[in-house]
Amino acid sequence: MSKEIPNDTCGAGNINKMNTPLLSVHELHKSFPLQGGYFASSQDKCLAVQDVSLSLYEGETLGIVGESGCGKTTLARMIAHIEKPTAGEIRYRGQNIFNYDKKQLKSYRRKAQFIFQDPYASLNPRLTAGEIIAEPFTIHRRDLPQDIDSNLENILKMVGLSRDQEQRYPHEFSGGQRQRIGIARAIALRPEIIIADEPVSALDVSVQAQILNLMKDLQDEFNLTYVFVSHDMGVIRFISDRIAVMYRGRIVEIASNQEIFENPRHPYTRTLLDAVPRLD
Amino acid sequence: MSPILEVDNLSTWFDTEQGSLKAVDEVSFQLHAGDTLGIVGESGCGKTVLSLSIMRLVPTPPGRYVSGQIKMNGLDLLSLSESEMRKVRGKSISMIYQEPMTSLNPVFRIGAQISETIRLHQGCNRTESHHKAIEMLRLVGIEVPEKRINDYPHQLSGGMRQRVMIAMALACHPRLMLADEPTTALDVTIQAQILALINDLKRDMGTSVILITHDLGVIAENAQQVAIMYAGKFVEYSDVKNLFAHPLHPYTEGLLHSIPRIERYYSRDKRLPIIPGVVPDLSRLPQGCRFQERCSDVMPICRDEEPALIEQRNPKRYVRCWKYQ
Repeated sequence: MSKEIPNDTCGAGNINKMNTPLLSVHELHKSFPLQGGYFASSQDKCLAVQDVSLSLYEGETLGIVGESGCGKTTLARMIAHIEKPTAGEIRYRGQNIFNYDKKQLKSYRRKAQFIFQDPYASLNPRLTAGEIIAEPFTIHRRDLPQDIDSNLENILKMVGLSRDQEQRYPHEFSGGQRQRIGIARAIALRPEIIIADEPVSALDVSVQAQILNLMKDLQDEFNLTYVFVSHDMGVIRFISDRIAVMYRGRIVEIASNQEIFENPRHPYTRTLLDAVPRLD
Repeated sequence: MSPILEVDNLSTWFDTEQGSLKAVDEVSFQLHAGDTLGIVGESGCGKTVLSLSIMRLVPTPPGRYVSGQIKMNGLDLLSLSESEMRKVRGKSISMIYQEPMTSLNPVFRIGAQISETIRLHQGCNRTESHHKAIEMLRLVGIEVPEKRINDYPHQLSGGMRQRVMIAMALACHPRLMLADEPTTALDVTIQAQILALINDLKRDMGTSVILITHDLGVIAENAQQVAIMYAGKFVEYSDVKNLFAHPLHPYTEGLLHSIPRIERYYSRDKRLPIIPGVVPDLSRLPQGCRFQERCSDVMPICRDEEPALIEQRNPKRYVRCWKYQ
């Protein structure tokens, strides 16, 4: 795999097709040392992500799909600077995010927000919904642009929660509502990129549809760029502009939504599609 | 042909401080030999309590079998003593649970866990049950079962563990297998293998299956009959083909529409049709229809009186909605 996969930019549709990507991933590798038995060699490694390169364009949704253990979460976590790569770089607006100084990193954290899979585990149970959503404003209060709306009521309204829910604690909310709080927290600082790791897989079907629609609405309103990780082909079909299919740490196919679903090239993509049970 | 399982007007409630929680309410269905009944519903709809009720595994108290009968080949399971019931479990009815890691005992080798069932119900010695356990592992597609039988659960992948669960469930050739979200924790490619395996074994052994899932796709491909459960009640009960072609209940319809389809392209401005709101709290059910708050076709009568599960003709199916009464 050389610098860029040829069809990487195809199918961006009506979204920004300018040649400079907002974020680009170059030959990214990540391995974890294996904690084997007493005599295990320290050489044993799990190659979670291998030689991944991709570009992310402003305003698009890049879906990352694959089965458990394929490296999709590790890749997402590296894009969010939660995990550091073993090799390779991620450039945001031209600069390698892993070479940032403290101040630059803080600014990147504001611009690239994460939505977690488990709305039960990812919210602090001791904080109220209002405090959870307000916390990012406290952390970033010195370097926030003037025009950011920090009014809690408005933020709650954007994600479909009401004012009176501000004083409640996470355990008082349903799974869908908790995910709305997670989304509110993520969009509060007006980020450019949202990295969502399986944001709807813990939710019921009817609630999943509500959250997916909400994410599309917010994307339109704030021109958000999404990295959307999921194992669910239906969800990926609905939300993505482009899709990267991962298998054993590598991207085996990256193309537009329609290419992946209507004309899959890689045998693994076909296997994945064939395995999905059909409704009709 | 008489059905192998007849559930008649079953209600399982839980007594809580907030009052009685009607987890399963007036549920009736019949299952014939070799058929698969799919039970679909969202979390908290009572589908797991229904399967635990059939296995008589609901803890009492706080649970309570309020009414109804569960007849397995004419024998009412609710009237059996605990020791009689223990002879039914694992022998004529067995169950596969959702989480293969937590439902296998981590401190015993898988072989010991499978052969325990065989020894208990078939009265054979250790050597015989060991050989039968190897055969069962081979049957569910585990390679080199002579070696694998000595593995502990943590040495197996999720798919393998679920195969072990199935081997255990089928070891005594049960007449009925309850599968509660058997593939939810698994990848789609593994899910396809496990479902194919259940179907093969079902065909070869004539076992009937109750398949509980929230995944309508899994039901469409694997069940003959399907029941849609909402807030403890069956709201629709039909053969699979008609349910998917012409859903009657507004909940079924909403559920089918809210699932993104992989064969459809969604442009940027497309949104999924949604069912607004959330599932009602089972201890604070509204008067009248349980779906009224989320229904787009709600009528005044829906708020006053609960509809009955009414039979529809041509084709024969059942729906609990005032639109069809």
